[in-house]
Amino acid sequence: MTALAETTETSTEAGAVPSFDVTLRIRRFDPDTGAEPRWEEFTVTAHGTDRVLDAMHKVKWEVDGSLTFRRSCAHGICGSDAMRINGRNRLACKTLLKDLDPSKPIVIEPIKGLPVIKDLVVDMEPFFASYREVMPFLITNGNAPTKERLQSPEDRARYDDTTKCILCAACTSSCPVFWTDGQYFGPAAIVNAHRFIFDSRDEGAAQRLEVLNDKEGVWRCRTTFNCSEACPRGIEVTKAIQEVKRAMITRAF
Amino acid sequence: MQTHQYDVVIVGAGGAGMRAALESSTRARTAVISKLYPTRSHTGAAQGGMCAALANVEEDNWEWHTFDTVKGGDYLVDQDAAEVMAKEAIDAVLDLEKMGLPFNRTPEGRIDQRRFGGHTRNHGEAAVRRSCYAADRTGHMILQTLYQQCVKQDVEFYNEFYVLDVILTHDLTAGEVPAGEEVAVAGVVAYDLATGEIHVFRAKSVVFATGGAGKIYKTTSNAHTLTGDGMALALRRGIPLEDMEFFQFHPTGLAGLGILLSEAARGEGAILRNSEGERFMERYAPTIKDLAPRDMVARAMANEVREGRGCGPNKDYVLLDLTHLEPAHIDAKLPDITEFARTYLGVEPYTEPVPVYPTAHYAMGGIPTTIDAEVLRSNTDVVRGLFAAGEVACVSVHGSNRLGTNSLLDINVFGKRAGIAAARYAETAPWHEMPDDAATPTVEYIERLRDHATGERIADIRRDLQETMDRNAQVFRTADSLTEALADIAALKKRYRDASVQDKGRRFNTDLMEGVELGFLLDLAEVVVVGALAREESRGGHFREDFPSRDDEKFMQHTMAYLRPGAGGEGTVELDYKPVIVTRYQPMERKY
Ligand SMILES: Cc1cc2nc3c(=O)[nH]c(=O)nc-3n(C[C@H](O)[C@H](O)[C@H](O)COP(=O)(O)OP(=O)(O)OC[C@H]3O[C@@H](n4cnc5c(N)ncnc54)[C@H](O)[C@@H]3O)c2cc1C
Ligand code: FES
Repeated sequence: MTALAETTETSTEAGAVPSFDVTLRIRRFDPDTGAEPRWEEFTVTAHGTDRVLDAMHKVKWEVDGSLTFRRSCAHGICGSDAMRINGRNRLACKTLLKDLDPSKPIVIEPIKGLPVIKDLVVDMEPFFASYREVMPFLITNGNAPTKERLQSPEDRARYDDTTKCILCAACTSSCPVFWTDGQYFGPAAIVNAHRFIFDSRDEGAAQRLEVLNDKEGVWRCRTTFNCSEACPRGIEVTKAIQEVKRAMITRAF
Repeated sequence: MQTHQYDVVIVGAGGAGMRAALESSTRARTAVISKLYPTRSHTGAAQGGMCAALANVEEDNWEWHTFDTVKGGDYLVDQDAAEVMAKEAIDAVLDLEKMGLPFNRTPEGRIDQRRFGGHTRNHGEAAVRRSCYAADRTGHMILQTLYQQCVKQDVEFYNEFYVLDVILTHDLTAGEVPAGEEVAVAGVVAYDLATGEIHVFRAKSVVFATGGAGKIYKTTSNAHTLTGDGMALALRRGIPLEDMEFFQFHPTGLAGLGILLSEAARGEGAILRNSEGERFMERYAPTIKDLAPRDMVARAMANEVREGRGCGPNKDYVLLDLTHLEPAHIDAKLPDITEFARTYLGVEPYTEPVPVYPTAHYAMGGIPTTIDAEVLRSNTDVVRGLFAAGEVACVSVHGSNRLGTNSLLDINVFGKRAGIAAARYAETAPWHEMPDDAATPTVEYIERLRDHATGERIADIRRDLQETMDRNAQVFRTADSLTEALADIAALKKRYRDASVQDKGRRFNTDLMEGVELGFLLDLAEVVVVGALAREESRGGHFREDFPSRDDEKFMQHTMAYLRPGAGGEGTVELDYKPVIVTRYQPMERKY
């Protein structure tokens, strides 16, 4: 189908944004080379609807194959490519270049607070360890019905927002408390606890609140709202944390 | 090099792999090896739903679902397998609900259901509400829920490990196994991305759950990482691949990008229009119109464009119109996909129709298996201890065209079956010898790729492959276009042999892994094209302009493609065929 092959070249005209050059200023680090972390700049030509990820692929595929980052789905659903872009945590695949002022270099760094493995790749294990601690699974006691458990649309709506989490760590690694204290569970773990605490089918809220009442738990949150701003899924993270705090006091959920 | 030993090794941590792991890890010592963190798997991208004849909102039953699956697959479906899937669908959905999956609910609190392409009441009378869903992120919820359960069960994962070889007791590539001898699996060889180290896993059972291969095409809804690894590894070890010429092109990819807009949009009432504003599907499928099966809608769209009724400056796409739907309804049922249109095309679906064009979406073919997920090495014999489930496998429940929502179902039903079967087999099976040099071919392969001082870039070869596949082996195919693709692939394979990667390091070398993945894509593209060239008929997702009708006499059979050693070190693809299992339904013309 020739029609299709051409689409890719021309569809950018739909948004009427012409091609332009962008410079990426990328934080590079490979401990195996013994070199210190450094900044490197690359200039590539981008099209109107290109995302930061497209520009990074251009660098990797046409200029320097050793530039290293994670990515998979390329449309904001797998959570692989959270990074710090112009000082803000975002997904590279969901950030359009034209929204970033391409006349200035776009500064790209790994997310903060997690050990850097290479270039933009960080060790996610501490992040997942906190996630696992809040018991992020449905806890029920006793008999399951033969058919589905009933849940009203209203009860289902109660925790809808926090089911959207893709575990990208954009929120947690934007949190100043997490930067200074890596032991703090961080917003993502609390969001995932919220997802179950407010699920009418779940019976593990008391256990989870106990975990979160820990000195590294929800009380460390200083409500700076960085996390809500960083969330690429639009989850109201701070609100979820507030709701968990309230539940801790009132024991109503 | 490190070595490990497990009863069961599962390769892949998407929906199929994790569903298998939940079963097998309670019964046998199990490891899951995945090149991605589990929650990064592409199951998470699935949007629309998972079908089961729960009959929560209207009359329905598994027999109707079986029929729709068989007819949707244009009668290339193995009907016994489709029946198993449709029957077990109901428990598969209920299992997920009990694990905590947040399905959308009816006012009574039951699991809600909606319409989806090709799913009908009473053998085609009208569209039926069969798809269970969680907004338009059903796959995300399935992936999260299964991962949550894996955390609960403390399943052991090896994340960011690439499986690069599967070790069998016999060399199958020559096609001969001495009579009376059983072929079995001995384990797998994996590469640890973080360190570049090789790990050999000895196992009694191995389950392949590595997903699809959409990256053989340029315009695709698939992730960058969907490179058909499991299929290619099996093929290279002499295991056949079934029905690979059947690739599904989903009608509604965002024009130019391929990002998917779920069929759920049409299930909720969206309409496809051409440049004249006409609802053109009325001409192609008068009864169910926009909800006809995907192959028909994709061809209709491509045809509208070909005949000059495309939209946009280049008349190269059609429009998906949601503007007559209530914004509140869109927000409740289709929040994510409408956001994709806004983010990536700058189009506001409340008020503007969305430019769409078919996108490579789903591999109907794959590693042939029995209904217990055992891998077949011929039309009749299995490889003992080797299993496959999910998009990597071909049971075959999708035949020549998969119905929407039947894959999330497939991964759950056959993932579960694979996990149970793998653990059961391991209970009594013997250990097989893992040769000392098991890892040698893998090590040599990656060292050659890495240590080539100079050579062509991987990305250039991959781009040329994807372009020829889009141009020559997409919605419309002819002998000429396919012959051209085949010649291109042969030339690309030569170039690949001299390619090199820039990153020479050991740590997190994604450049190197992209090189390995390209090798898989090249092998699979060849199998797709060879199968397509030989299949001189049109059926489901495979449409030959030079043979526009279905030919049941010659081709109501599954293609079985084998890679045999050929001249000059390159294998050649040889084809055989396997009968379709017909139980209840005799082939009819497919009309909607
Ligand atoms: C955008 C989109 C929307 C969809 N919507 C629907 C829908 O609404 N309903 C429906 O029924 N179907 C849908 N599908 C299809 C369905 O989602 C997929 O077919 C299904 O999720 C595949 O699941 P899987 O477990 O087989 O593979 P995946 O989820 O792709 O998982 C593959 C796993 O294998 C691992 N892997 C791959 N290679 C290797 C290797 N070499 N070594 C180690 N690990 C490896 C990966 O890390 C990953 O964990 C959709 C597909 C797409 C792309
Ligand atoms: S690549 Fe998947 S979220 Fe960006």
